[in-house]
Amino acid sequence: MSFPWAKHYEPTTDVGKWIDSRLPLPRLIYDSVGAGYPVPKNLNYFYNFGVLAGVALVVQIITGIILAMHYAPNTGLAFNSVEHIMRDVNSGWMLRYMHAVGASFFFIVVYLHIFRGLYYGSYKPPREVLWLLGMVIYLLMMATGFMGYVLVWGQMSFWGAAVITNLFSAIPIVGDAIHTWLLGGFSPDNPTLNRFFSLHYLLPFVIFGVVILHVWALHIPGSNNPTGVGIKGPQDTVPFHPYYTAKDFFGLGVYFTLFAIVVFYLPNSLGEPDNYIPANPLSTPAHIVPEWYYWPFYAILRAFTVNFLWVPAKLWGVLAMFSAILLLFFLPWLDKSPVRSNTYRPLSKLFFWILVVDCLILGLCGAKPAAEPWLRISQFAAAYYFAHFLIILPIISRIERPLPLPKSISEAVLTNAGHSVEAARAAVAAVPQPAA
Amino acid sequence: MATDQAHVPAAGELTESGERRRDFIYIATGAFAAVGAATVAWPLINQMNPSADVLALASIDVDLAAIKPGQAIKISWRGMPVFARNLTQAEQDAANKVPVSSLRDPQTLAERTKEGHTNWLITMGVCTHLGCVPLGAGEGETKGDFGGYFCPCHGSQYDTAARIRSGPAPTNLVVPEYAFKSPTSVTIG
Repeated sequence: MSFPWAKHYEPTTDVGKWIDSRLPLPRLIYDSVGAGYPVPKNLNYFYNFGVLAGVALVVQIITGIILAMHYAPNTGLAFNSVEHIMRDVNSGWMLRYMHAVGASFFFIVVYLHIFRGLYYGSYKPPREVLWLLGMVIYLLMMATGFMGYVLVWGQMSFWGAAVITNLFSAIPIVGDAIHTWLLGGFSPDNPTLNRFFSLHYLLPFVIFGVVILHVWALHIPGSNNPTGVGIKGPQDTVPFHPYYTAKDFFGLGVYFTLFAIVVFYLPNSLGEPDNYIPANPLSTPAHIVPEWYYWPFYAILRAFTVNFLWVPAKLWGVLAMFSAILLLFFLPWLDKSPVRSNTYRPLSKLFFWILVVDCLILGLCGAKPAAEPWLRISQFAAAYYFAHFLIILPIISRIERPLPLPKSISEAVLTNAGHSVEAARAAVAAVPQPAA
Repeated sequence: MATDQAHVPAAGELTESGERRRDFIYIATGAFAAVGAATVAWPLINQMNPSADVLALASIDVDLAAIKPGQAIKISWRGMPVFARNLTQAEQDAANKVPVSSLRDPQTLAERTKEGHTNWLITMGVCTHLGCVPLGAGEGETKGDFGGYFCPCHGSQYDTAARIRSGPAPTNLVVPEYAFKSPTSVTIG
């Protein structure tokens, strides 16, 4: 679907006409990322992160396929094959750092993308399915990232795999069977490494498929925008190309610059030094910690230290961790306020920023050893996280009195511009004019 | 009209309760397809369970003769460490002195060892919290406040019968299935 004023694809050449009547791929591109796709004209730089996430995925797939040409998914060889990539393979060090740093950057971009959606209410009708597909992508990313980290077969890889697969053993009755089934044995070993390699290779393509659905679901209602006000007419939009292709390429340049700085100058800054020690099933590192993008959830997992309501602490932790993610799937139905953008929701905006701080605190707790004061802090922060979505948000959406909304995107843009023009005129008027 | 007549079931095709014979065929076909799909799906799922060679390594023989009282060894079994510890008399007494009802996971030392071999404490070296390997079996490693094992990950402390005494772990270190073949050798698994 598109807006009625969208430009129509008209093939001009004979070859263009020939292909258009057989496989209209150029038409598809024109209508989805070309001049045929009208987009709100007021999108800010936070709307670059969707495209950046797509690029990050492609970088991961390309570098990953290359790494798989040199990697050996066998417990006896895995760690050394990674070092072989680092030392012997031509440009191997760069490809591996691009893949490792690329995973972190992918998550950075996706987190910003998700919080952008939270702030501007992009999960609200008519974009619920778009949001749900995004959450599916996020879940798949978490699984893929975890399994990729295990492939290195260092100490953190091994013990990360041990701890995370152990979570499933907390499930009553069938837990141990599931645990053994996942590992293909009784502890992480060759069958585990082998299947993780297979799935780590598969899942990015599954993600790619869901991304296509995500973009499709985006193109039905079109992009949300910082005002949250729907598109009313042609004056509210500009064609995707050249306006947002140019803006996205600029953002991409900035992104690749930052990426290159980390890949070439700080490649291990986001990793754990312990993972450069080969996996040893008989000795546990003193401080097991997952990659940074899982820290908030790891903190929630460990926040449960006592049994209550006849449920063991371990099971509580596992349930809470998974619920923390699943909760986000229900967000469109928890926040019933018809106003999308937090720009016009003073109360909701305040609690949005508190949630951001809460997530950062959870992240910090997840990075720290499971000892006081971090345990106590993570208990409060985890409780707040759930309270935000289950109590605060539904209440706010009932009691809040939003600020007056602009009538249209166009009006919002022009009045803002108008204000600054008036301010400028006033400033000019205030300056004594030299006599003519 | 001819098309309307096509929808009218012939006499005798309907049962008394109004079902068509075709409904039965649909359900039967669906049921067979479901059974077939499940039959094919099971090997695809079951292939991820431990393979024959992994299960073949599931039991090992261990010689305990070299372990002096107060010493312990770490054995790798099913890819996991097993602690075999020769308890001193003092350690056994310390374990027996603890009132069982005061424990988080109440078990006596006798219940955790084999009859006639109460000095041999054989347990998994896997913390019941999140699966780390506790310290205390190796030479010079800390045994924790209760003289047994200490898990460095989240601070669980085990006593000389490897029972959980403090920290987050829910249960005692697991005693694997094992049997004495001779006074100084066991088969684990």
